Amino acid sequence: MSTAFDMTAGQVTIDGRKILRGIDLTVDDGEVVAVLGANGSGKSTLVRSLLGVQPLSGGSTLLYGRPPARFREWWRIGYVPQRLSVGGGVPATVREVVASGRIARQRRGRFTSSADRQAVVAALNEVGLSDRAGDPVSSLSGGQQQRVLIARALAGEPDAFVLDEPTAGVDAGSQKMLAETLSGLVGRGKTVVLVAHELGPLEPLISRAVVLNQGCKVHDGAPPTAVGAHALPGHDHVHPHEPEPAESGLPSWVLAQEKA
Amino acid sequence: MTIFDLDFMRYALVAAVMVGLTAPAVGTFIVQRRLALLGDGIGHVALTGVALGFLTGTAPVATAVVVAALGAVAIEMVRARGKTSGDVALALLFYGGLAGGVMIIYLTPGESTASLNSYLFGAITSVDATDLWVIAGLAVAVLALLAVFGRELFVLCQDEEVARASGLPVRFLGLLIAVIASVTVVVAMRAVGLLLVSALMVVPVATSQQLTRSFRTTMALSMVFGVLATVGGLTSSFYLDVPSGATIVLLALAGFAVALGIGRFVRRSRTGESTA
Ligand SMILES: Nc1ncnc2c1ncn2[C@@H]1O[C@H](COP(=O)(O)OP(=O)(O)OP(=O)(O)O)[C@@H](O)[C@H]1O
Ligand SMILES: [Mg+2]
Repeated sequence: MSTAFDMTAGQVTIDGRKILRGIDLTVDDGEVVAVLGANGSGKSTLVRSLLGVQPLSGGSTLLYGRPPARFREWWRIGYVPQRLSVGGGVPATVREVVASGRIARQRRGRFTSSADRQAVVAALNEVGLSDRAGDPVSSLSGGQQQRVLIARALAGEPDAFVLDEPTAGVDAGSQKMLAETLSGLVGRGKTVVLVAHELGPLEPLISRAVVLNQGCKVHDGAPPTAVGAHALPGHDHVHPHEPEPAESGLPSWVLAQEKA
Repeated sequence: MTIFDLDFMRYALVAAVMVGLTAPAVGTFIVQRRLALLGDGIGHVALTGVALGFLTGTAPVATAVVVAALGAVAIEMVRARGKTSGDVALALLFYGGLAGGVMIIYLTPGESTASLNSYLFGAITSVDATDLWVIAGLAVAVLALLAVFGRELFVLCQDEEVARASGLPVRFLGLLIAVIASVTVVVAMRAVGLLLVSALMVVPVATSQQLTRSFRTTMALSMVFGVLATVGGLTSSFYLDVPSGATIVLLALAGFAVALGIGRFVRRSRTGESTA
C-alpha cells in the first residue's frame, strides 16, 4: 500500500498569522478521511497545502512520495475547490468546464480523444447533469454548479479526490447521489479527503476523521459517532464539568473546542 | 474609385483583418480572467515605449513591444504575489506609463506630445509593406500560441487554483498570456491607437457574450465581430473622411448595443418557451 498524502509538521503563515500550526497527516491509499472543524479553523488551507496549491512556511508535504514541486503525475489528483460559483468572465458550458478536468491527462497540442469525451459523458451522468451539458454554467443554481465542480474532478479519473465542502448548498437528494458516487469510488479503491460541515449521508463512508481547531489538529481517528449538528465543532454545546476526554467517551476535540 | 485602388488602403485593410482577428481572441482569455482592463494598462505602458523609441532614435514599434511586455510581466508578477489586486496593479501602470511617455517625449529634442498623436489614436493608413509583414507575423504567432496553449489557458483563466492542482505551469502560462496581450496591443496600436486598443480586445467579446453559451463560440464569434468592426470601420472612415480608430471603436460599440437587444429578445423568447 502506498501513501497518497503525507504531511509532516506542516505550517502555513499568511501575513504573519499562523493559519496551520504543525500538522502531521498521512493519508494512505483507499482511505476516506473527513476534515472537520469550525469556520476559519484552517480546513481549506490544510487541503490546499496537501496539494501544494498553498505553500508551506514550515514542515513538508508529499504527494505520492514526492514534494508537490517535483510531483509529475497530476492526473492522479482530482480537486474540488470551495467556491461560491464557477468563475470566469466569459460564458462556458457545463460540458466545457467538466471537460477541463481532463487537462492533466491531455498532451499539449493534441486533439481531444474519444477517451476524453467518454469520461466527460460519464462524469456528467454521475452527477445528473447530462441534460444541462450545453447550458452556460452561470445559468445553473449554486448547488448545481457545485455538482459541475465535482463532475470536473470525476472526469479526470484520478486516484485521489480532494473535495472541499462538496455538499455545501447541495440538497438532500443530490447529497445522496454524491454519497452513492463516492461509495462507488471507494469501492474501486480510490482515496478521498473531504472537508465537510455536515457529513449527512456521507457518514457511513468515512473511515477516519481529522478535526482542526484554530490551525491545530485536535482529533485524528475514528469519525465522531453522533455526527450531526450536536457533535460538530462550532456547535455551542457546553459540557461544563466534563472530565478527561478519554474517560468521558467524548472525542477530545469536543473538549478542545470548548476550551477555546 | 474604390478603396482597393489605393496601395495604402489595401495594406490598411489587411492589417485591419489581422487586428480584428487577434485582439478579440486574446481578449476572450483576458476577460475570462477578469482582467478586462489589462489591455488599457499595457497600452499606457506602451506609450512610454513609443516615447523611448523617439528619444533613442529606434523604431517606436520595437521599443513599444519591449516596454509593453515588461509592463505586462510586472502586472502579472504584482498580481500573482496576491498582495495587490489585479485592478490596482493595473491602475498603477496606467499612471506610470502615461506620465512616463509624456515626460520622455518632452525631453526628446525636436519632439512634442503631438508626435505621439498617431500612436495614441491610431494611423492605420500609414501602414506600409514592411509594417504589414511585421503585423502579419506577430498576429500569426499570437494565434498559433493561443491554439497550442488554449486548453491550458482556459483552465488558468477559469480557476488558477485548479490549474495549479492539475500540475499546469501556472507562472509560465500567466506570463505567456501577459506577453501575448502586450504583443497584441502593439499590433493593434496601428489600427486604433493605444488609448482605444483595449476596446478591440473587450468590446467584441462582450458583444458575442450576449449571444453565446460556450467559451469556444464566444471566442469564434468575437473574432468575427472584431473583423467586422475593423474592416467596416476602416472602410466607412475612408468614405466619410473621419478618423479610422474612432470609427472602428464606435462601430464595435454599436454592434454591442444591437447584440444586447437581440440577446435580451432571444433569452426572453427562450424562457417564454420553457415556461409555456
Ligand atoms: N488568502 C488568505 N489571506 C489571509 N488570510 C487567509 C487567507 N486564506 C485563509 N486565511 C485565513 O486562514 C484561516 C483559515 O481559513 P480556511 O479557509 O482554511 O478556513 P476553513 O476552515 O476552510 O473555513 P470555512 O469553514 O469557512 O471554509 C482563516 O482565519 C482565514 O482568515
Ligand atoms: Mg474552507
